[in-house]
Amino acid sequence: MPAARGTIITKTATNWIGVIPFLAFTAIFLLLPTVNIVLGAFRGPDGGFTFDTLMKLFEPRLANSFWLSIRVSLFSAALGAGLGFLVAASVIHGGLPAWVRAPMVTFSGVAANFAGVPLAFAFIATLGRLGLVTVLLKDWFGINIYAMGFNLISFWGLVFVYLYFQMSLMILIITPALEGLRREWREAAESLGATGLQYWRMVAIPVLLPSLLGTFALLFANSFGAIATAQALTGSSQSLITVQLFAQIRGDVLQDPNLGYAIAFGMIVITAVANTIYIVLRTRAEKWQK
Amino acid sequence: MTDFPATKRHQKTDAKTIPAMARRKRSVGSVFSWAVFVFGVLYFALPLIGMIEFSLRKRRGTYSFDAYTSVLNDSQFQATFTYSVVMSLVTILLGMILVLPAALWVRIRLPRMRPVIEFITLLPLVIPVIVIAFGYLRMFNTSSLLPMTGSVTGTNILLAFGYATLALPYMYRAIDNGLRTLDVQTLTEAAQILGAGWFTILFRIMLPNVFTALLSGAFLTFSIVLGEYVFAALLDRPAFGPYMIWTGGNRAYEPAALAVIAFTITWGCMGLIQLAGRLFPHTRAQR
Repeated sequence: MPAARGTIITKTATNWIGVIPFLAFTAIFLLLPTVNIVLGAFRGPDGGFTFDTLMKLFEPRLANSFWLSIRVSLFSAALGAGLGFLVAASVIHGGLPAWVRAPMVTFSGVAANFAGVPLAFAFIATLGRLGLVTVLLKDWFGINIYAMGFNLISFWGLVFVYLYFQMSLMILIITPALEGLRREWREAAESLGATGLQYWRMVAIPVLLPSLLGTFALLFANSFGAIATAQALTGSSQSLITVQLFAQIRGDVLQDPNLGYAIAFGMIVITAVANTIYIVLRTRAEKWQK
Repeated sequence: MTDFPATKRHQKTDAKTIPAMARRKRSVGSVFSWAVFVFGVLYFALPLIGMIEFSLRKRRGTYSFDAYTSVLNDSQFQATFTYSVVMSLVTILLGMILVLPAALWVRIRLPRMRPVIEFITLLPLVIPVIVIAFGYLRMFNTSSLLPMTGSVTGTNILLAFGYATLALPYMYRAIDNGLRTLDVQTLTEAAQILGAGWFTILFRIMLPNVFTALLSGAFLTFSIVLGEYVFAALLDRPAFGPYMIWTGGNRAYEPAALAVIAFTITWGCMGLIQLAGRLFPHTRAQR
């Protein structure tokens, strides 16, 4: 009997020993810190349970920051998804030479990871007041884009910069889906008399729709959590919610420590919703990619 | 084989019967495709050209590498860059030690834990980095049960743990893809029959077999950790990311030079991932 019990115990132990370090690590350094923040969002200054802290998110200053972040993410995700799709579709189905594909995918892999601080520097060097393109447009064509109202350190400037990693991520994710479109579908559509545009509108886009919308949700979450690019580009002139939270953690701005928890909780809710949409739609998109 | 002539005939008639109008439409589509492609190339290439040109402008009236010499000779650059490189290596090692056994166990012993483990590895993509960092500051501050931020060593370890958390999705995906190509069950049983312990199985059998996959996870982790900003800034460690932000606020041409260096490293890491895949494509078949 004791021997048998011993083997059962060792068996359970060897069954779990490989995952225990992983589970312990992620519990302490990923789950608990997050749960801690979420619980803090429901606590008042005295430590008791309350919704008051969360309600402060609806005060104009924070609500505006959330709204600004949501708009930057919406526009950069929509434009990034749309333009990235156009580029990928042109390269794969638009009659361009086949050798363009591999470099495009490799480059997108690099560009999707070329985010953060260096990306902001690259755009300042290109479209800042002394940037290459700004200066060339002025010298060659007499076009002063800054006199025309363009400003890199603005809402649209930020969206324009975000497009760099948004578009490349879109190209990276949508390329396999585009390659999954069967030639037979196009041939069938054409032999029924469809034009190219009709084929895209009535066959290809509906098939790709779950992938397109899913990736859009992923791109949204991707830019919503971003901070380094905005910090390097605009300082704190565009008060994205991440920039606000950063300042709050550093202890510069808000007096109420629980407010930080509430902001963080709001961010988790938004990115969680976006990611859930992505995962659900991706499972649906895989149906067509077999 | 039988339908080959049929396809050929079909193509022939097809080419003859396409009306001129449809063919013109095709070429309109092709012009549009080229226009989109050129737009894409311009959008992606101009910022790179811009940053390279700007980084060479430091000396008035002529192009020079002055911004680069200034950056490379800056002791702050050397210190922060070294710090971040060391941090990346520690992160890669830590990620490997955590993920390799877990991914292996999910395959051979605990298949029912797979959804749980996969869900956990996706969380760092769902929870914004700044929120995780905030959680660390609250949970491991000097008045907590585990006061890691109380000492420099403790904070360094905490930062490495944070980076390992960020690297989880990439590490897990890479290692799991590597294990998928192996007959893990047979390899494990064969090793056990020959008297191997779990340590031997993990590090002398599985590790060499998933080496290529591991390299791709490692290089990706390296390029992410090297430029990371939020964690390092909030934990107040002298890493490369915060140094870049500081340079951006205080120098004119050096930031462009830094951007070129960072881009070259990202490009190098992605190149090495592809190279690793090409150099050791069939580690398994050779045995």
